[in-house]
Amino acid sequence: MPDYQRPVKRPSDWHGYMHRCAEAARDPRLRRYFRAWNLDGDTPISQAPLAAMDMETTGLDPHRHAIISIGLVPFTLGRVHFSQRRHWLVKPPRPLEAASVTLHHITHSDLAGAPDLGDILDELLEAMAGRLMVVHYRNIERPFLNAAVQARLGEGLMFPVIDTMELEARFHRQSVRARLRHWIGGAPASLRLQESRQRYGLPAYQPHHAAVDALATAELLQAQIQHRYGPESPVGELWG
Amino acid sequence: MDVETLEIRQHLARFPPFEALSDELLDAVAGAVDVAYFRAGSDILRFGEPIHDLHYVRSGAVDVYRRSGALYNRLEEGDVFGHFSLLRNHKVHFPTRAIEDTLIYLIPDSVFQRLCGEDEQFADFVELEQPRLKSAFEKRESDADMLATRVRTLVGRAPLTVDAGTSVMEAARRLTEDNQSALLVLGEPDDQHRHAITDAEGQTRRLLGIITDSDFRARVLARGLPPDTPVAHVASEHTVTIQSDETLHEAMLCMLRNNVQHLPVLHRRRPIGILHLSDLVRHQTHTSLYLVQRIFSQDSAAGLAALLPDVRQAFVRMVEEGANSQMIGSSLSTIGRSFTRRLLELGEVELGPPPVPYCFMALGSMARNEQTIVTDQDNALVLDDGFNPQRDDAYFAELGKFVSDGLDACGYTYCKGGIMATNPKWRQPLRVWKQYFGDWIGKPTPERLLHSSIFFDLDNVHGEEGFAVQLQDLVAERATDSPLFLAAMARNALNRKPPLGFFRNFVMEKDGKQNNTINVKRRGTAPMVDLIRVHALACGSTAQNSFDRLNDIADTQLLPSGVGERIRYALEFLSMVRIRHQVIDLQRDRPPDNSIEPENIPSSERHNLKDAFQVLSDAQKFLQFRYPLPARRG
Repeated sequence: MPDYQRPVKRPSDWHGYMHRCAEAARDPRLRRYFRAWNLDGDTPISQAPLAAMDMETTGLDPHRHAIISIGLVPFTLGRVHFSQRRHWLVKPPRPLEAASVTLHHITHSDLAGAPDLGDILDELLEAMAGRLMVVHYRNIERPFLNAAVQARLGEGLMFPVIDTMELEARFHRQSVRARLRHWIGGAPASLRLQESRQRYGLPAYQPHHAAVDALATAELLQAQIQHRYGPESPVGELWG
Repeated sequence: MDVETLEIRQHLARFPPFEALSDELLDAVAGAVDVAYFRAGSDILRFGEPIHDLHYVRSGAVDVYRRSGALYNRLEEGDVFGHFSLLRNHKVHFPTRAIEDTLIYLIPDSVFQRLCGEDEQFADFVELEQPRLKSAFEKRESDADMLATRVRTLVGRAPLTVDAGTSVMEAARRLTEDNQSALLVLGEPDDQHRHAITDAEGQTRRLLGIITDSDFRARVLARGLPPDTPVAHVASEHTVTIQSDETLHEAMLCMLRNNVQHLPVLHRRRPIGILHLSDLVRHQTHTSLYLVQRIFSQDSAAGLAALLPDVRQAFVRMVEEGANSQMIGSSLSTIGRSFTRRLLELGEVELGPPPVPYCFMALGSMARNEQTIVTDQDNALVLDDGFNPQRDDAYFAELGKFVSDGLDACGYTYCKGGIMATNPKWRQPLRVWKQYFGDWIGKPTPERLLHSSIFFDLDNVHGEEGFAVQLQDLVAERATDSPLFLAAMARNALNRKPPLGFFRNFVMEKDGKQNNTINVKRRGTAPMVDLIRVHALACGSTAQNSFDRLNDIADTQLLPSGVGERIRYALEFLSMVRIRHQVIDLQRDRPPDNSIEPENIPSSERHNLKDAFQVLSDAQKFLQFRYPLPARRG
């Protein structure tokens, strides 16, 4: 791992990290991506260009499993630009396992003609450029993308993300009320995407399509900010 | 078509105006949708701001306001808003606020315009389905009455006039004697014939001014003037008059322009009356009072029957003027009672005085002051205990028939169940009625329970009021101590259940079937009235009106807190839905009934209707629990 890509330990370090990468990244595509970044931690969430990202993968381990689809939905706090959504199918280096096929309904034949991730990296990075990524559960999209880019370019792709699951956990797992609830034996609130959405009156969507899940995540963040955090919240307090 | 837009496409396809779009257009809409979330209570559209999207409620509910801040419409899942502004200048006309957490699908203007251009049905929906235009039209109609009615129709009697030299004391005395609030002051005509009028003797005089009640305060007492001051010194020198063939609308404008509340009305040069602002107001709101006067001036049953169109007109007018169900119910009951009383008076003229005192009882909705325009007659005769059947019954049978036939001719159809004074069983002396009521409460059977639910809403219409009061008291005293009777009445009140729910153009029944009309009396107001009656009997209330009964119930612990209020709102709402649909029937020249068609229910009402039925359903469940069958007595 190149020195400039040493892991970020605190949310406040992301600013310096993105700037170091903008200078030091070797691949021109990555450099363009990092240079387009112009958010700092003080930017209010209402001013930040955002993009919700979701992936379907063949498993949970970024080093053993592969990405098969990516959905990206640009949005702001005021409007989810679903009409500008992007969706890519990508062919995994290893064949699909039957178990994951049942989960996301993407089959071998769907992927037979799909490009390798390296071939769509241009488009993907351009769609991500200048936007703060929003995911539900941060241990999938970023590590998988990082591993895939590392394998192809020899350098990684890390970036700050807002994790709507983590934002939900702040209220439902870490608050005094949640601890009290736990202490008296109550079941913890579910943090899954669908159950989290229900708490804000958001409708049920058919899950496991990357673009639809990204839309669902974007709507959830709009709801969380309006109900819990407020439009003036600095992004540095939300990302991780 | 993209798989990822399937979710949006399928939702849109369930609701008009999207449901009839071609697949191609529907795909175009679904692919172009953007999304925004609004927390309950937050503004979605603010007045005057630019707007570039058609708004579609994916989930939640929103209130649409007029610029004035008045609520204009309430929308829910599948409804659209913003089209009014997109069709005009792209500025928000109707501010809109989320009343629940709401998810909006935003359909860009370019797509909206394409839909309007390519799909006629869609264009009609967004251009014609304008409640705003509809209400503007209705307003014109009710204004039309003010525009068409002449001032002379409201002028009752000739104005008081006095000479300029009359003292203020004398003027005040004459106003008081005549029970009027203004008089005209006349003087000698001048050379230019200014304000010349012709007085009662045909002499030419000059209208110097007018004196009103408030002038005595402001111009006499407040200035400390003595009683012998000539009226000419204090008369308002306004000589604004109006011609008798001007419209009420013009009269109103004239008052506003000149800031006066009294207008002398002239026929050519002759004063024929003084119009007061309150005359205009009364004309607009209390047509039913005039109707009652006309009922009592009729000399025959045929004359009464000829008033039916006026009754319907008064009814439509009250609804259009925004009266609530209690105002309408009590007005129509007053009209119904007036018909009944006048028929009894006419009957007594024809048959001679009654051999023994009697009380003509109204039952059901008339007794509760809850009549609508669709009603049959339920009545009975309570006779003095000195009643001798051989000697007297022929008279009362004849009287009963006279009234019943007359009421039928006036639109109050015969009671199918024979609950009428023409039925010998319901033409009995007071002691027999007491026996009836005692038996019904003491030993309830299905037939007696049915009778209880009809006869225990009772009120005197004409004759010995005391008889009806004694019966009301008897019911109130006995029922409250009869748990078996209350339990039986409670179970009886559960026979008619509200429909499960309301979805677009059909109603879901309990068995899962769909209905495309719903009898809102049988499934809504009647079961509500039934359950209120049970609680009222339990608390010993002698009130007959359902809202009055709710007041009495509220003073007890019979209902959990807040429940009574919910029942009140639900009953009011259901009653108004019923009444408004009767108006729709009348306006379309159909016989009014108690059925409503879901397609005639605006989405704003659908929302509330569901809630109202839910309140009824909950209240019925509680009734069963509150009045259990007592354990069998040994």
